[in-house]
Amino acid sequence: MSQKILLTAKEVNIILHRLACQLIENHLDFSNTILIGIQPRGKHLAERLAAILKEDYKIKDVQLGFLDITFFRDDFRRGEKPLEANRTEINFIVEDKKVVFIDDVLYTGRSIRAALTAIQSFGRPSEIELLTLIDRRFSRHLPIQPDYRGRQVDAINNEKVVVKWIENDGEDLVLLEQKK
Amino acid sequence: MKELSVNHLIGIKHINKNDIDLIFETADHFKEVINRPIKKVPSLRDITIANIFFENSTRTKLSFELAQKRLSADVISFSAAQSSVKKGETLIDTVNNILSMKVDMVVMRHSSPGAAHFLSQNVKASIVNAGDGAHEHPTQALLDSYTIREKLGDVSGKKIVIVGDILHSRVALSNIFALQMQGAEVKVCGPKTLIPKYIESLGVKVEPNLRTALEWADVANMLRVQNERLDVNYFPSTREYAQQYGVTKELLNSLDKEVVIMHPGPINRGVEITSDVADSQQSVILNQVENGVAVRMAVIYLLASKIKQ
Repeated sequence: MSQKILLTAKEVNIILHRLACQLIENHLDFSNTILIGIQPRGKHLAERLAAILKEDYKIKDVQLGFLDITFFRDDFRRGEKPLEANRTEINFIVEDKKVVFIDDVLYTGRSIRAALTAIQSFGRPSEIELLTLIDRRFSRHLPIQPDYRGRQVDAINNEKVVVKWIENDGEDLVLLEQKK
Repeated sequence: MKELSVNHLIGIKHINKNDIDLIFETADHFKEVINRPIKKVPSLRDITIANIFFENSTRTKLSFELAQKRLSADVISFSAAQSSVKKGETLIDTVNNILSMKVDMVVMRHSSPGAAHFLSQNVKASIVNAGDGAHEHPTQALLDSYTIREKLGDVSGKKIVIVGDILHSRVALSNIFALQMQGAEVKVCGPKTLIPKYIESLGVKVEPNLRTALEWADVANMLRVQNERLDVNYFPSTREYAQQYGVTKELLNSLDKEVVIMHPGPINRGVEITSDVADSQQSVILNQVENGVAVRMAVIYLLASKIKQ
Protein backbone atom coordinates (compact mmCIF):
# COMPACT_ATOMS: atom_id res chain seq x y z
CA MET A 1 0.00 0.00 0.00
CA SER A 2 1.54 3.31 -1.04
CA GLN A 3 0.95 6.52 0.88
CA LYS A 4 1.25 10.17 -0.01
CA ILE A 5 1.05 13.04 2.47
CA LEU A 6 -1.61 15.53 1.44
CA LEU A 7 -1.44 17.83 4.46
CA THR A 8 1.07 18.06 7.29
CA ALA A 9 0.19 19.10 10.84
CA LYS A 10 1.29 22.67 10.08
CA GLU A 11 -0.85 22.86 6.96
CA VAL A 12 -3.84 21.42 8.80
CA ASN A 13 -3.43 24.12 11.43
CA ILE A 14 -3.28 26.92 8.86
CA ILE A 15 -6.35 25.58 7.09
CA LEU A 16 -8.31 25.29 10.36
CA HIS A 17 -7.60 28.95 11.10
CA ARG A 18 -8.65 29.98 7.58
CA LEU A 19 -11.89 27.97 7.89
CA ALA A 20 -12.56 29.55 11.29
CA CYS A 21 -12.12 33.03 9.77
CA GLN A 22 -14.43 32.17 6.88
CA LEU A 23 -17.05 31.01 9.39
CA ILE A 24 -16.72 34.30 11.30
CA GLU A 25 -17.12 36.23 8.04
CA ASN A 26 -20.56 34.69 7.55
CA HIS A 27 -21.72 34.15 11.13
CA LEU A 28 -20.11 37.07 13.05
CA ASP A 29 -20.85 36.40 16.74
CA PHE A 30 -22.44 32.96 16.20
CA SER A 31 -25.48 33.97 18.29
CA ASN A 32 -27.84 32.24 15.87
CA THR A 33 -25.46 29.55 14.61
CA ILE A 34 -24.96 25.94 15.60
CA LEU A 35 -21.96 23.83 14.63
CA ILE A 36 -22.78 20.16 14.12
CA GLY A 37 -20.00 17.58 13.82
CA ILE A 38 -21.04 14.53 11.83
CA GLN A 39 -20.16 11.36 13.78
CA PRO A 40 -17.75 9.72 13.97
CA ARG A 41 -15.01 11.53 11.98
CA GLY A 42 -16.42 15.04 11.92
CA LYS A 43 -16.40 15.24 15.72
CA HIS A 44 -12.71 16.10 16.11
CA LEU A 45 -12.78 18.69 13.33
CA ALA A 46 -15.84 20.36 14.88
CA GLU A 47 -14.24 20.39 18.35
CA ARG A 48 -11.03 21.85 16.92
CA LEU A 49 -12.85 24.62 15.07
CA ALA A 50 -14.97 25.46 18.12
CA ALA A 51 -11.81 25.68 20.25
CA ILE A 52 -10.08 27.98 17.73
CA LEU A 53 -13.17 30.22 17.54
CA LYS A 54 -13.30 30.48 21.33
CA GLU A 55 -9.63 30.82 22.17
CA ASP A 56 -8.09 32.63 19.20
CA TYR A 57 -11.02 34.73 18.03
CA LYS A 58 -12.77 35.30 21.38
CA ILE A 59 -16.20 34.13 20.28
CA LYS A 60 -17.94 33.52 23.57
CA ASP A 61 -20.83 31.24 22.78
CA VAL A 62 -20.15 28.59 20.22
CA GLN A 63 -22.94 26.05 20.29
CA LEU A 64 -21.61 22.65 19.32
CA GLY A 65 -23.41 19.35 18.80
CA PHE A 66 -22.67 15.95 17.32
CA LEU A 67 -25.01 14.12 15.01
CA ASP A 68 -24.97 10.38 14.37
CA ILE A 69 -26.47 9.42 11.03
CA THR A 70 -26.32 5.60 11.28
CA PHE A 71 -30.08 5.07 11.45
CA PHE A 72 -30.64 7.46 8.54
CA ARG A 73 -28.20 5.91 6.08
CA ASP A 74 -29.44 4.52 2.79
CA ASP A 75 -27.25 1.40 2.84
CA PHE A 76 -28.85 -0.45 5.78
CA ARG A 77 -28.76 -4.21 4.97
CA ARG A 78 -26.93 -3.49 1.71
CA GLY A 79 -23.33 -3.75 2.87
CA GLU A 80 -21.37 -6.77 4.01
CA LYS A 81 -20.97 -5.48 7.53
CA PRO A 82 -23.57 -4.23 9.99
CA LEU A 83 -23.63 -0.49 10.68
CA GLU A 84 -22.37 0.67 14.04
CA ALA A 85 -23.92 3.68 15.73
CA ASN A 86 -22.22 6.54 17.57
CA ARG A 87 -23.48 9.00 20.13
CA THR A 88 -25.67 11.91 19.13
CA GLU A 89 -25.29 14.91 21.42
CA ILE A 90 -27.64 17.72 20.50
CA ASN A 91 -29.05 19.28 23.61
CA PHE A 92 -30.87 22.12 21.93
CA ILE A 93 -33.53 22.71 19.31
CA VAL A 94 -32.23 23.79 15.91
CA GLU A 95 -35.50 25.52 14.96
CA ASP A 96 -34.76 28.72 13.00
CA LYS A 97 -31.03 28.43 13.60
CA LYS A 98 -28.23 28.48 11.04
CA VAL A 99 -26.66 25.05 11.10
CA VAL A 100 -23.15 24.27 9.85
CA PHE A 101 -22.44 20.58 9.20
CA ILE A 102 -18.81 19.70 9.77
CA ASP A 103 -17.20 16.54 8.38
CA ASP A 104 -13.65 15.54 7.57
CA VAL A 105 -14.01 14.19 4.02
CA LEU A 106 -16.75 14.85 1.48
CA TYR A 107 -16.83 11.87 -0.87
CA THR A 108 -20.10 10.51 -2.34
CA GLY A 109 -22.31 12.98 -0.45
CA ARG A 110 -24.47 10.18 0.97
CA SER A 111 -23.52 10.86 4.60
CA ILE A 112 -24.54 14.49 4.18
CA ARG A 113 -27.81 13.40 2.56
CA ALA A 114 -28.45 11.27 5.66
CA ALA A 115 -27.47 14.15 7.95
CA LEU A 116 -29.93 16.48 6.19
CA THR A 117 -32.72 14.03 7.07
CA ALA A 118 -31.43 13.30 10.58
CA ILE A 119 -31.23 16.95 11.64
CA GLN A 120 -34.95 17.35 10.99
CA SER A 121 -35.58 15.34 14.16
CA PHE A 122 -34.32 18.35 16.09
CA GLY A 123 -36.39 21.04 14.39
CA ARG A 124 -36.36 23.07 11.17
CA PRO A 125 -33.13 25.03 10.73
CA SER A 126 -33.37 28.33 8.86
CA GLU A 127 -30.41 27.27 6.71
CA ILE A 128 -27.78 24.55 6.56
CA GLU A 129 -24.20 24.95 5.35
CA LEU A 130 -21.47 22.37 4.87
CA LEU A 131 -17.83 22.58 5.90
CA THR A 132 -15.34 19.85 5.00
CA LEU A 133 -11.61 19.59 5.48
CA ILE A 134 -11.12 17.52 2.32
CA ASP A 135 -13.36 17.73 -0.73
CA ARG A 136 -12.84 14.78 -3.08
CA ARG A 137 -13.68 15.99 -6.56
CA PHE A 138 -15.27 13.84 -9.26
CA SER A 139 -16.64 11.30 -6.79
CA ARG A 140 -20.07 12.65 -5.88
CA HIS A 141 -23.19 10.46 -6.18
CA LEU A 142 -25.52 13.30 -5.19
CA PRO A 143 -25.74 17.02 -5.95
CA ILE A 144 -24.11 18.15 -2.70
CA GLN A 145 -21.21 20.64 -2.53
CA PRO A 146 -19.38 22.21 0.44
CA ASP A 147 -19.73 25.90 1.38
CA TYR A 148 -16.34 25.88 3.11
CA ARG A 149 -13.57 23.55 2.03
CA GLY A 150 -10.10 23.02 3.41
CA ARG A 151 -8.46 21.39 0.41
CA GLN A 152 -9.79 20.00 -2.82
CA VAL A 153 -8.33 16.64 -3.79
CA ASP A 154 -8.56 14.61 -6.98
CA ALA A 155 -8.59 10.99 -5.90
CA ILE A 156 -9.59 8.04 -7.98
CA ASN A 157 -11.71 5.20 -6.71
CA ASN A 158 -9.04 2.84 -5.42
CA GLU A 159 -7.48 5.67 -3.45
CA LYS A 160 -8.57 6.57 0.03
CA VAL A 161 -8.19 9.83 1.93
CA VAL A 162 -7.26 9.25 5.58
CA VAL A 163 -7.55 12.09 8.08
CA LYS A 164 -5.68 11.61 11.36
CA TRP A 165 -6.22 13.70 14.48
CA ILE A 166 -4.01 14.07 17.55
CA GLU A 167 -6.98 13.09 19.76
CA ASN A 168 -7.39 9.76 17.96
CA ASP A 169 -4.20 8.89 16.17
CA GLY A 170 -1.47 10.84 17.95
CA GLU A 171 -0.83 13.36 15.14
CA ASP A 172 -2.60 15.67 12.71
CA LEU A 173 -2.05 14.35 9.21
CA VAL A 174 -3.94 13.87 5.95
CA LEU A 175 -2.84 10.98 3.75
CA LEU A 176 -3.76 9.63 0.35
CA GLU A 177 -3.55 5.84 0.45
CA GLN A 178 -3.60 3.63 -2.60
CA LYS A 179 -5.39 0.32 -2.11
CA LYS A 180 -3.75 -2.53 -3.96
CA MET B 1 -18.22 -4.32 13.47
CA LYS B 2 -20.52 -6.37 15.65
CA GLU B 3 -23.65 -8.36 15.01
CA LEU B 4 -25.88 -10.76 16.91
CA SER B 5 -24.91 -14.44 16.99
CA VAL B 6 -28.51 -15.48 16.24
CA ASN B 7 -31.10 -14.82 13.52
CA HIS B 8 -34.08 -15.18 15.87
CA LEU B 9 -34.65 -14.14 19.47
CA ILE B 10 -36.23 -17.29 20.89
CA GLY B 11 -34.90 -17.08 24.41
CA ILE B 12 -32.07 -15.73 26.53
CA LYS B 13 -30.74 -19.28 26.66
CA HIS B 14 -29.95 -19.09 22.92
CA ILE B 15 -27.88 -15.87 23.07
CA ASN B 16 -24.63 -14.95 24.80
CA LYS B 17 -23.13 -12.15 26.87
CA ASN B 18 -21.76 -10.35 23.78
CA ASP B 19 -25.24 -10.31 22.28
CA ILE B 20 -26.65 -8.76 25.47
CA ASP B 21 -23.90 -6.11 25.50
CA LEU B 22 -24.55 -5.27 21.85
CA ILE B 23 -28.30 -5.02 22.44
CA PHE B 24 -27.71 -2.66 25.39
CA GLU B 25 -25.25 -0.45 23.49
CA THR B 26 -27.72 -0.19 20.62
CA ALA B 27 -30.58 0.48 23.04
CA ASP B 28 -28.59 3.42 24.50
CA HIS B 29 -28.67 5.05 21.06
CA PHE B 30 -32.38 4.37 20.64
CA LYS B 31 -33.14 5.74 24.09
CA GLU B 32 -31.60 9.01 22.92
CA VAL B 33 -33.69 8.81 19.73
CA ILE B 34 -37.01 8.33 21.57
CA ASN B 35 -36.31 11.39 23.68
CA ARG B 36 -35.91 13.66 20.64
CA PRO B 37 -38.62 16.07 19.51
CA ILE B 38 -39.14 13.74 16.53
CA LYS B 39 -38.80 10.24 17.89
CA LYS B 40 -38.37 8.31 14.71
CA VAL B 41 -35.60 7.00 12.45
CA PRO B 42 -36.04 5.65 8.92
CA SER B 43 -33.81 2.54 9.23
CA LEU B 44 -36.44 -0.15 8.68
CA ARG B 45 -38.40 1.49 5.86
CA ASP B 46 -38.29 -1.67 3.76
CA ILE B 47 -39.05 -4.17 6.55
CA THR B 48 -42.52 -5.50 7.31
CA ILE B 49 -43.25 -7.02 10.71
CA ALA B 50 -46.24 -9.07 11.85
CA ASN B 51 -47.18 -9.09 15.52
CA ILE B 52 -49.09 -12.26 16.22
CA PHE B 53 -50.54 -12.53 19.69
CA PHE B 54 -52.30 -15.78 20.55
CA GLU B 55 -52.46 -14.63 24.16
CA ASN B 56 -53.66 -11.38 25.65
CA SER B 57 -51.20 -8.56 26.08
CA THR B 58 -51.38 -4.80 26.39
CA ARG B 59 -47.97 -3.57 27.39
CA THR B 60 -45.80 -5.95 25.37
CA LYS B 61 -47.87 -5.57 22.23
CA LEU B 62 -47.97 -1.77 22.44
CA SER B 63 -44.28 -1.63 23.25
CA PHE B 64 -43.35 -3.82 20.26
CA GLU B 65 -45.64 -1.87 17.94
CA LEU B 66 -44.23 1.44 19.08
CA ALA B 67 -40.66 0.19 18.74
CA GLN B 68 -41.39 -0.97 15.18
CA LYS B 69 -43.05 2.30 14.24
CA ARG B 70 -40.21 4.36 15.71
CA LEU B 71 -37.93 2.41 13.33
CA SER B 72 -40.29 3.14 10.40
CA ALA B 73 -41.15 -0.52 9.77
CA ASP B 74 -44.52 -1.45 8.32
CA VAL B 75 -46.53 -3.22 10.99
CA ILE B 76 -49.49 -5.58 10.92
CA SER B 77 -50.91 -6.76 14.22
CA PHE B 78 -53.24 -9.58 14.81
CA SER B 79 -54.90 -11.12 17.82
CA ALA B 80 -55.93 -14.74 17.80
CA ALA B 81 -59.37 -13.96 19.14
CA GLN B 82 -60.45 -12.46 15.81
CA SER B 83 -58.59 -14.87 13.54
CA SER B 84 -58.95 -18.08 11.57
CA VAL B 85 -57.11 -19.89 14.36
CA LYS B 86 -60.56 -20.14 15.90
CA LYS B 87 -61.64 -21.93 12.72
CA GLY B 88 -58.99 -24.60 13.20
CA GLU B 89 -56.06 -23.35 11.14
CA THR B 90 -52.64 -24.65 12.23
CA LEU B 91 -49.89 -22.35 13.50
CA ILE B 92 -47.61 -22.95 10.49
CA ASP B 93 -50.46 -22.36 8.05
CA THR B 94 -51.48 -19.15 9.78
CA VAL B 95 -47.94 -17.81 9.76
CA ASN B 96 -47.14 -18.94 6.21
CA ASN B 97 -50.26 -17.19 4.98
CA ILE B 98 -49.06 -14.02 6.65
CA LEU B 99 -45.55 -14.48 5.25
CA SER B 100 -46.82 -14.88 1.70
CA MET B 101 -47.87 -11.24 2.03
CA LYS B 102 -44.09 -10.51 2.13
CA VAL B 103 -43.48 -10.17 5.85
CA ASP B 104 -39.84 -10.23 7.03
CA MET B 105 -40.20 -10.65 10.77
CA VAL B 106 -42.73 -12.18 13.14
CA VAL B 107 -43.17 -11.21 16.78
CA MET B 108 -45.22 -13.91 18.46
CA ARG B 109 -46.79 -14.61 21.81
CA HIS B 110 -48.22 -18.07 22.30
CA SER B 111 -49.48 -20.12 25.24
CA SER B 112 -47.39 -23.18 24.32
CA PRO B 113 -43.76 -23.35 25.46
CA GLY B 114 -41.51 -23.82 22.43
CA ALA B 115 -43.95 -22.27 19.95
CA ALA B 116 -41.43 -19.62 18.87
CA HIS B 117 -38.67 -22.18 18.43
CA PHE B 118 -41.01 -24.43 16.44
CA LEU B 119 -41.91 -21.53 14.18
CA SER B 120 -38.26 -20.55 13.62
CA GLN B 121 -37.57 -24.07 12.37
CA ASN B 122 -40.53 -24.15 10.00
CA VAL B 123 -41.02 -20.74 8.41
CA LYS B 124 -38.78 -18.29 6.56
CA ALA B 125 -38.75 -15.16 8.70
CA SER B 126 -36.95 -13.75 11.73
CA ILE B 127 -38.85 -14.77 14.85
CA VAL B 128 -38.99 -12.75 18.05
CA ASN B 129 -40.48 -14.54 21.02
CA ALA B 130 -42.82 -12.23 22.95
CA GLY B 131 -43.60 -14.95 25.47
CA ASP B 132 -44.21 -18.66 25.00
CA GLY B 133 -46.22 -20.22 27.83
CA ALA B 134 -44.19 -20.64 31.00
CA HIS B 135 -40.93 -20.88 29.01
CA GLU B 136 -39.27 -17.56 28.11
CA HIS B 137 -40.00 -13.87 27.59
CA PRO B 138 -36.58 -12.66 26.44
CA THR B 139 -37.29 -9.00 25.71
CA GLN B 140 -38.78 -8.56 29.20
CA ALA B 141 -35.61 -9.98 30.78
CA LEU B 142 -33.46 -7.74 28.59
CA LEU B 143 -35.35 -4.61 29.55
CA ASP B 144 -35.22 -5.62 33.22
CA SER B 145 -31.44 -6.02 33.08
CA TYR B 146 -31.13 -2.81 31.08
CA THR B 147 -33.08 -0.98 33.78
CA ILE B 148 -30.87 -2.44 36.53
CA ARG B 149 -27.77 -1.41 34.54
CA GLU B 150 -29.19 2.10 34.19
CA LYS B 151 -30.13 2.41 37.87
CA LEU B 152 -27.12 0.70 39.49
CA GLY B 153 -24.44 1.16 36.81
CA ASP B 154 -23.83 -2.53 36.23
CA VAL B 155 -25.59 -5.88 36.53
CA SER B 156 -22.46 -7.84 37.36
CA GLY B 157 -22.09 -8.59 41.07
CA LYS B 158 -25.58 -7.37 41.95
CA LYS B 159 -28.02 -9.39 44.04
CA ILE B 160 -31.49 -9.81 42.62
CA VAL B 161 -34.43 -11.55 44.23
CA ILE B 162 -37.41 -12.57 42.13
CA VAL B 163 -40.53 -12.74 44.28
CA GLY B 164 -43.83 -14.50 43.64
CA ASP B 165 -45.14 -17.08 41.22
CA ILE B 166 -41.94 -18.53 39.80
CA LEU B 167 -43.70 -21.72 38.68
CA HIS B 168 -45.87 -20.15 35.98
CA SER B 169 -43.52 -17.31 35.12
CA ARG B 170 -41.64 -16.99 31.83
CA VAL B 171 -40.36 -13.63 33.07
CA ALA B 172 -38.64 -15.38 35.99
CA LEU B 173 -36.91 -17.98 33.81
CA SER B 174 -35.65 -15.46 31.22
CA ASN B 175 -34.51 -13.16 34.01
CA ILE B 176 -32.58 -15.94 35.74
CA PHE B 177 -30.73 -16.78 32.50
CA ALA B 178 -30.04 -13.13 31.64
CA LEU B 179 -28.90 -12.08 35.12
CA GLN B 180 -26.63 -15.07 35.64
CA MET B 181 -25.09 -14.57 32.19
CA GLN B 182 -24.16 -11.02 33.24
CA GLY B 183 -22.64 -12.15 36.52
CA ALA B 184 -25.44 -11.31 38.95
CA GLU B 185 -26.56 -13.48 41.85
CA VAL B 186 -30.19 -14.57 41.81
CA LYS B 187 -32.52 -15.84 44.52
CA VAL B 188 -36.19 -16.62 44.28
CA CYS B 189 -38.76 -16.08 47.00
CA GLY B 190 -42.37 -17.19 47.21
CA PRO B 191 -44.78 -19.78 48.59
CA LYS B 192 -43.30 -23.24 48.23
CA THR B 193 -46.21 -24.30 46.03
CA LEU B 194 -45.20 -21.69 43.44
CA ILE B 195 -41.47 -22.50 43.37
CA PRO B 196 -40.49 -25.15 40.76
CA LYS B 197 -39.11 -28.30 42.36
CA TYR B 198 -35.74 -28.31 40.56
CA ILE B 199 -35.10 -24.56 40.44
CA GLU B 200 -31.85 -24.97 42.44
CA SER B 201 -30.35 -26.90 39.51
CA LEU B 202 -30.20 -23.52 37.72
CA GLY B 203 -27.90 -22.20 40.44
CA VAL B 204 -30.69 -20.24 42.07
CA LYS B 205 -31.19 -20.28 45.83
CA VAL B 206 -34.66 -20.37 47.34
CA GLU B 207 -35.40 -17.98 50.19
CA PRO B 208 -38.82 -18.61 51.72
CA ASN B 209 -38.84 -15.46 53.90
CA LEU B 210 -39.46 -12.14 52.16
CA ARG B 211 -37.76 -9.98 54.80
CA THR B 212 -34.58 -12.08 54.74
CA ALA B 213 -34.62 -11.96 50.94
CA LEU B 214 -34.95 -8.17 50.87
CA GLU B 215 -32.19 -7.74 53.46
CA TRP B 216 -29.92 -9.65 51.07
CA ALA B 217 -30.97 -8.06 47.79
CA ASP B 218 -30.07 -4.93 45.80
CA VAL B 219 -33.09 -5.37 43.55
CA ALA B 220 -36.46 -7.04 44.07
CA ASN B 221 -38.37 -8.04 40.97
CA MET B 222 -41.98 -8.51 42.10
CA LEU B 223 -43.94 -10.83 39.85
CA ARG B 224 -47.65 -10.64 39.39
CA VAL B 225 -49.88 -13.29 40.93
CA GLN B 226 -51.24 -14.76 37.71
CA ASN B 227 -54.71 -15.67 38.85
CA GLU B 228 -55.67 -16.81 35.34
CA ARG B 229 -52.95 -19.47 35.39
CA LEU B 230 -53.64 -20.79 38.87
CA ASP B 231 -55.62 -23.94 38.08
CA VAL B 232 -55.71 -25.12 41.71
CA ASN B 233 -55.30 -23.27 44.99
CA TYR B 234 -51.58 -22.69 45.49
CA PHE B 235 -52.09 -20.51 48.57
CA PRO B 236 -55.02 -20.19 50.99
CA SER B 237 -56.12 -16.66 50.06
CA THR B 238 -54.97 -13.51 48.30
CA ARG B 239 -55.00 -11.77 51.68
CA GLU B 240 -52.63 -14.32 53.16
CA TYR B 241 -50.36 -14.08 50.10
CA ALA B 242 -50.23 -10.29 50.47
CA GLN B 243 -49.32 -10.60 54.14
CA GLN B 244 -46.50 -13.08 53.50
CA TYR B 245 -45.13 -11.97 50.14
CA GLY B 246 -46.45 -8.46 49.53
CA VAL B 247 -43.98 -5.60 49.77
CA THR B 248 -45.24 -2.67 51.84
CA LYS B 249 -43.72 0.73 52.61
CA GLU B 250 -43.34 -0.27 56.28
CA LEU B 251 -41.32 -3.33 55.33
CA LEU B 252 -39.01 -1.31 53.05
CA ASN B 253 -38.59 1.45 55.63
CA SER B 254 -37.56 -1.08 58.26
CA LEU B 255 -34.59 -2.19 56.13
CA ASP B 256 -31.33 -0.29 56.55
CA LYS B 257 -30.86 0.17 52.79
CA GLU B 258 -32.78 1.06 49.67
CA VAL B 259 -33.87 -1.89 47.55
CA VAL B 260 -34.79 -1.14 43.92
CA ILE B 261 -38.33 -2.35 43.23
CA MET B 262 -39.24 -3.72 39.81
CA HIS B 263 -42.44 -5.19 38.42
CA PRO B 264 -43.12 -6.46 34.89
CA GLY B 265 -46.75 -5.33 35.09
CA PRO B 266 -49.67 -5.38 35.20
CA ILE B 267 -49.64 -4.69 38.95
CA ASN B 268 -52.17 -6.13 41.37
CA ARG B 269 -52.02 -3.18 43.72
CA GLY B 270 -52.25 -4.32 47.32
CA VAL B 271 -51.30 -7.92 46.52
CA GLU B 272 -47.62 -8.24 45.49
CA ILE B 273 -46.88 -4.58 46.19
CA THR B 274 -48.87 -1.80 47.80
CA SER B 275 -49.70 1.41 45.94
CA ASP B 276 -47.31 3.58 47.94
CA VAL B 277 -44.43 1.25 47.03
CA ALA B 278 -45.38 1.12 43.34
CA ASP B 279 -45.45 4.92 43.15
CA SER B 280 -42.39 5.55 45.35
CA GLN B 281 -38.90 6.77 44.40
CA GLN B 282 -37.54 3.27 44.92
CA SER B 283 -39.73 1.85 42.18
CA VAL B 284 -38.43 1.80 38.60
CA ILE B 285 -41.61 0.30 37.13
CA LEU B 286 -42.24 3.13 34.69
CA ASN B 287 -38.56 3.26 33.70
CA GLN B 288 -38.93 -0.40 32.76
CA VAL B 289 -41.78 0.49 30.42
CA GLU B 290 -39.80 3.33 28.79
CA ASN B 291 -36.71 1.17 28.43
CA GLY B 292 -38.87 -1.59 26.94
CA VAL B 293 -39.36 0.45 23.77
CA ALA B 294 -35.64 1.23 23.41
CA VAL B 295 -34.58 -2.37 24.06
CA ARG B 296 -37.15 -3.75 21.62
CA MET B 297 -36.01 -1.23 19.00
CA ALA B 298 -32.47 -2.53 19.48
CA VAL B 299 -33.51 -6.19 19.17
CA ILE B 300 -35.58 -5.56 16.05
CA TYR B 301 -32.92 -3.35 14.46
CA LEU B 302 -30.15 -5.86 15.07
CA LEU B 303 -32.21 -8.82 13.82
CA ALA B 304 -33.39 -6.86 10.77
CA SER B 305 -29.81 -5.98 9.86
CA LYS B 306 -29.22 -9.72 9.42
CA ILE B 307 -32.06 -10.15 6.94
CA LYS B 308 -30.34 -10.18 3.56
CA GLN B 309 -31.83 -8.30 0.64
